[in-house]
Amino acid sequence: MSQAPLLEVRDLHTYLFPRRGVIRAVDGVSFTLHRGETLGLVGESGCGKTMTALSLLRLVPQPVARIVKGEIWLEGEDLLQKSEREMRRIRGRKIAMILQDPQTSLNPVLTVGTQLIEALALQGREASSRLVARAVELLQRVRVADAARRLRHYPHQLSGGMKQRVVGAIAMAGNPQVLIADEPTTALDVTIQLQYLNLLKELQAQTAMALLFITHDFGVVAHTCDRVAVMYAGRIVESGPVRAVFNRPAHPYTQALIAAVPSLDEPVERLDTIEGQPPAPEAFPAGCRFHPRCPYAEPRCHQDYPPTLPVADGHTAACWRLAAP
Amino acid sequence: MQRYIVQRFVQGLFLLVLVAAVVFFLGRLTGNPADLMLPEDATPEDRAALIRTLGLDRPYHEQFLIFIANALRGDLGESIRYRRPAVALFFSRLPNTLKLVPPAMAVALAMAIPLGVLSAVYRGTLLDRLAGVIAVLGLATPNFWLGILLIYIFSVQLGWLPSARMGGIRHYILPTITLGTFLVAGLMRLIRSSMLEVLDSEFVKLARIKGLSETAVIWRHCLRNALIPVLTLAGVFLAALVTGAIVTETVFAWPGIGRLTFEAVIFRDYPLLQAVVILDAVLVLFINLVVDVLYAYIDPRIRYT
Repeated sequence: MSQAPLLEVRDLHTYLFPRRGVIRAVDGVSFTLHRGETLGLVGESGCGKTMTALSLLRLVPQPVARIVKGEIWLEGEDLLQKSEREMRRIRGRKIAMILQDPQTSLNPVLTVGTQLIEALALQGREASSRLVARAVELLQRVRVADAARRLRHYPHQLSGGMKQRVVGAIAMAGNPQVLIADEPTTALDVTIQLQYLNLLKELQAQTAMALLFITHDFGVVAHTCDRVAVMYAGRIVESGPVRAVFNRPAHPYTQALIAAVPSLDEPVERLDTIEGQPPAPEAFPAGCRFHPRCPYAEPRCHQDYPPTLPVADGHTAACWRLAAP
Repeated sequence: MQRYIVQRFVQGLFLLVLVAAVVFFLGRLTGNPADLMLPEDATPEDRAALIRTLGLDRPYHEQFLIFIANALRGDLGESIRYRRPAVALFFSRLPNTLKLVPPAMAVALAMAIPLGVLSAVYRGTLLDRLAGVIAVLGLATPNFWLGILLIYIFSVQLGWLPSARMGGIRHYILPTITLGTFLVAGLMRLIRSSMLEVLDSEFVKLARIKGLSETAVIWRHCLRNALIPVLTLAGVFLAALVTGAIVTETVFAWPGIGRLTFEAVIFRDYPLLQAVVILDAVLVLFINLVVDVLYAYIDPRIRYT
């Protein structure tokens, strides 16, 4: 993929300002996303994945959070320079998002049809008489049976999987170029998780949109993503093609994460875990943020944050052990 | 839905019998009603005769059954002061109160909805605090005092509006504002807190992700959800207005059931008071039934279960 990236995030900083102190939720995140590509953003809860996603839409929780620094380039335009009015035309049309919990992401007092048509009407291309037909088409695209009847239903009349399909249909309403999926299958039954992942891949194949897939599940990453970026304490610590990162993880955190995935092929005596807790975001340790839990920590890990260093072609990690001794 | 209404209706009837029992037996505790009806120079023989005619010498439970039987035929006794059936008296005054309550509710909502929504949207700002101050002032202001103050300013000093009695549309302005203000503070705080909760929900986040304007997010997606708790309590609020009407109607000499209640108390018109309390209960129960039906209309989750 040598062409210019569709989306490029450079040195993004999104901080939270509670009553006292500062929480550096996203602290210098950079990544690129190409057309038709799927990037997995992996990390433990609280590492800043969701805040990164919301920053792309400029919808970080007000008034607590603020994007303090960085650039977000989409098709040659920096989204952080846009007015709120211009951002509204980008949301839904260029960047769409699927939230984690389908039970709460639809409005309980409006019908499925109202919520879908509302998203379609924002595109402004369609005559209002065509909107219902378009809504039915959209529901069929996300494989909702009996679509015309479903339009008149309220969210509480649908199952969780069905609701998440409707949320997917809403996201597709604007033919987005980038679809952010924030743990879209975490709240679903295991039996329908795979169905939903396959549906997303299918939609992506039809439209060549880019997928930013947020998850804490390496199994999902292996199934869905082309590239993966591992986040720890507000920063990306390793990124590269899924296969390369899986086979040769360079960062001790990634190694530990992959080791923690239980294998189905061999009998497991006890599950591997990572020693210690992720650092509290209001007080990150100096130097490398992983050093208190890292088995290879050296003196310089305590002082300076490691630079992002190449591991192989397209594969990088931020660890001192990759630097020349 | 029909089953639901029938169910509520039966519950209402049961409650009414309970109210009637409380009113009846409390009344008997205050002494023999015959004493109120006799002139001061009546002889003990006169008294005994009246007690027998009225059936007051029979056991209480028998008296109560007669009372209920009469009530079911629409007979709740006769007003001592007006010498007219209490039920007829109540219904001749009811329309005047019903003309006052809806505009008062409208005034309350027209003030409370924008105040509540805005102070939720701009929470923590000067605007929010100002609205909070208005709410506290509203809660702290006695209804009768506000009524008298309004009369003093707009009728006595400025001479713009009539101070009392029914009449043209101008007669409605002061009583409506007085009665409506009674609810503004409570309503506003309720709308603010439920609005805050709704603004924090995931579907609001998704509505913004879709690219909806903030206006559409607040007024289309949030307000209807935020009004659900208000509607739940609408029966309570309307009942509060009927009660509040006692004070407001008295201040403005408004010939409704509120003033009738006041008169019944002041003149110790015991049968009338008994009737007014029971019929007030009927009214409140009826309001609550209507509200429950409306509630099912607004919240689809109730409609289909």
